[in-house]
Amino acid sequence: MAAFDSSRLNGWQQLAIKYFFVAIVLFGAQVLFGMLAGLQYVKPDLLQQAVPFSITRIVHINAMVVWLLYGFLGSVYWLLEDESGVPVVGLKLGNLAFYLLTAAVVVVVVVYLFIQIGPGNDLTRWLITEGREYIEAPRWADIGIVVCALIFYYNVAATFMKGRFSGISGVLTLDLIALAGLYLAGMFYQVNISHDQYWWWWVIHLWVEATWEVLVGCILAWGLMTILGTRREIVTTWLYVEVVLMLGSGILGLGHHYFWIGMPDYWLKIGGFFSALEPIPLVAMVVHSVYDSGEHRLRNINHPAFAWFIAHTMGNFFGAGVWGFMQTLPQINLYTHGTQWTASHGHVAFWGAYVTIVVPMVYLALQKGRGNVWMGSGLVGAWRWKWALTLQALGTVGMAMCLLIAGYVQSFTERAVGGSTWEAYFHAQTQPWFTQAMHWRMVFGVIFSLGFLLLAWDLVAIGVGERRPAEALPPREEAAAAA
Amino acid sequence: MQPLWQREDFWRKAAIFVTAGMAVVLILLTFDSMAKSSAGKGLVPAFAVINQQIDYRFDDARNMRVPVVEGEQLLFGKRLTEAEAEALVSHGKKTVQAKNCMDCHTLLGNGAYFAPDLTKAWLDPQWEGMETLTETDTREAAMAAFLEHPSHYATQDRVMPELKITPSEARAVVAFLKWMSAIDTNGFPANFDPHAEED
Repeated sequence: MAAFDSSRLNGWQQLAIKYFFVAIVLFGAQVLFGMLAGLQYVKPDLLQQAVPFSITRIVHINAMVVWLLYGFLGSVYWLLEDESGVPVVGLKLGNLAFYLLTAAVVVVVVVYLFIQIGPGNDLTRWLITEGREYIEAPRWADIGIVVCALIFYYNVAATFMKGRFSGISGVLTLDLIALAGLYLAGMFYQVNISHDQYWWWWVIHLWVEATWEVLVGCILAWGLMTILGTRREIVTTWLYVEVVLMLGSGILGLGHHYFWIGMPDYWLKIGGFFSALEPIPLVAMVVHSVYDSGEHRLRNINHPAFAWFIAHTMGNFFGAGVWGFMQTLPQINLYTHGTQWTASHGHVAFWGAYVTIVVPMVYLALQKGRGNVWMGSGLVGAWRWKWALTLQALGTVGMAMCLLIAGYVQSFTERAVGGSTWEAYFHAQTQPWFTQAMHWRMVFGVIFSLGFLLLAWDLVAIGVGERRPAEALPPREEAAAAA
Repeated sequence: MQPLWQREDFWRKAAIFVTAGMAVVLILLTFDSMAKSSAGKGLVPAFAVINQQIDYRFDDARNMRVPVVEGEQLLFGKRLTEAEAEALVSHGKKTVQAKNCMDCHTLLGNGAYFAPDLTKAWLDPQWEGMETLTETDTREAAMAAFLEHPSHYATQDRVMPELKITPSEARAVVAFLKWMSAIDTNGFPANFDPHAEED
C-alpha cells in the first residue's frame, strides 16, 4: 500500500503539502459559498438578512483568491529545491509564515461571516472590512499578508542566490517582487473614487492578468520538464516569449479598466488596443503545450497532472483569452461592463487559467508523497480523476454559458433598450431568459460541486492502492542529445 | 547558428526590455492621469459640486450624454465649502466601504451585479416615486430615508438588507452618490437618460 508518508519529503515539500491542504479546504469553501450566492439569485429571501448576498459573494471570491495563492505558494515551495539544486534557506521562518497566514485567514473569514459590517469610519476599514471588491480583507490582514509575502520572497530569493539561478528562477524571482509590491497599491484610502479605482486595478489587473499569468508560466515550465521531460532550453525560451507577450500586452492592457472611471480619454485607445493583444501569449501557450506533448508522444509520468495541464492551456486560452477579448473593446464594453458578461468571463477564466495549474501540482506532490508510485495508464481508480476533471470542465463551461446569456439579456434589455435606469435593471433581472439562465447556472453549479467532491476524494485516494513505481523518463540531458 | 527568434538570450533580453519599457510608460501615464483626474480637474468634479444642480444631457459633439452642472441646489439645505464637502463625501465613501455596498452593487460599473449600478444613482428617475413612498419632499431626503431602513420601502423581491446606516451616514452616502453622479464617465452606463419618461 502506498499511503501518504511525509518522511519521504523534505521540509519544503512538507510545507508545500500544508499549503496544498489548506488550498483544497478553501476551494471547498469557494464552491459552497458560490452555490449559496447562486441560490440567492434564484431565491432572493434565502438568508437575506443573516448572510446577505454581499457576504456569500465576498467569501466565495476571497476563498478563491486565497486558495489559489496558497496553491501558488505550495507549488513554488515544491519546485524550489529541485530548481535551485540546494536545500531551501529559512525553513522555520517559512513554517511560521504559513501558520501566521492561515490564522489570519481564519480570523478574517470569521469576521466576514459573523460581524460583516461596521460603522462608516477608519476603524471598520482596519478591523472588519475594507469594502473594496476582491480585496475586502481589513488593513491589519493586509499588513500580515505583506509580512508573509516578504518571508516567502526571502525563502525563494535566498535559495536561488545560494543555488542555481536558471531562467525559470530568474523570471520567478522578479515576478514575485512585482506580485508583492503591487499589493501595496491597494493599501491606502482615497476619497476620490476615480483615483481609488485606478490603484485598485493595479492590484487586481496587474495580479491576475500579468504577474499571476507569469507565475503560472513558471510553474507550467517546471511542470512540463518534470512530467514530460521537456528540455530546459525549450521551456525557458518559451517562458521568455510568454513574458514578452504577456507583459508587453498586459501592463498597458490595464487601461481597459479605465474606460469609464473618469480617467483621461487616451485610456480608451491604449486600453482597447493592448488588451485586445492579451490573448496572443495564451495562443503561444497552446502552441507550446501541443508541440511539447506531440514531441514526447504524450509519454508522461503522471496522467492526471498531465490532463490538468492540458486543461490549463486550453482553459487559459478560452477563458482568459477569448472570453476576455469578447468584451474588451470600449465599443462593446460600454454595454457589457458591470453585467453578467463579466461574471461569465470570471468563472471560465479563473478555472481555466488558475485552478487547472494548482491541481496538477497537487497531483505531482501526492505522487511523490505516496512513494513515487505509478500514475500512468491502468492506474487504480483512474475513473475518479477523469470524472472530476470532466465534471468540473462541464460545470464551468455550463455556468459560463448561462451567465453569458444572462449578460446578453442585460446588455440588450437594460442597457441598449432600457437606458440603464434602475427600472431597466430590474426589468432585465426578471426577464424569463435571465431567470432561466440563473436556474440553469445552479444545475451546472451542482455538476461542478460533484466534480469538486470527486477531486477531493481522488486526492485522498489516488495512488494508495498502487505498488508499481512511477514510469522513468529519459534524463533531460539524454532527451536533449536525442533531440 | 540558430536564427535570432529561436535564441534563448534574444528572448531573455526582449523580456527585460519590453517589461521595463511598458512599466515606464505605465508610470508616466499614471502621473499624467493622476494630475488630470483629481477632484475639480478633467472628468472628475470638485467635491463642492454637491452644492449645485446636476443634470445629464446629450452632447452632440461627443455623441453621448454627459453631466451638466447648473445653478445652486443645496444638499439638505446646507452650502458647504470644498473642504467640508470633501469631508462629507469621504464619510459617505467610508460608509459605502464599511457596508460592503460594492459586493451587491456596482460603482462606476465595478462590483457585483446583484443590485443596480450606483454610478448615476443620484440622477435615477426611481427616486421620484420613492419621495411618495418615504413621505419626504426632496430627493436627498427620500434617499436618506431609504438607506436607513431599506426593507421598509422594498419595491422588488431582492430586498436590500438592513445595514444599520445611521442618519448622518445616510446623508453622507447621499453626498457621495451626488458627487459621483457628476463624474463624466464617457457615456457609461450606456444610454442612461434620466429624462426618458419626460421625453
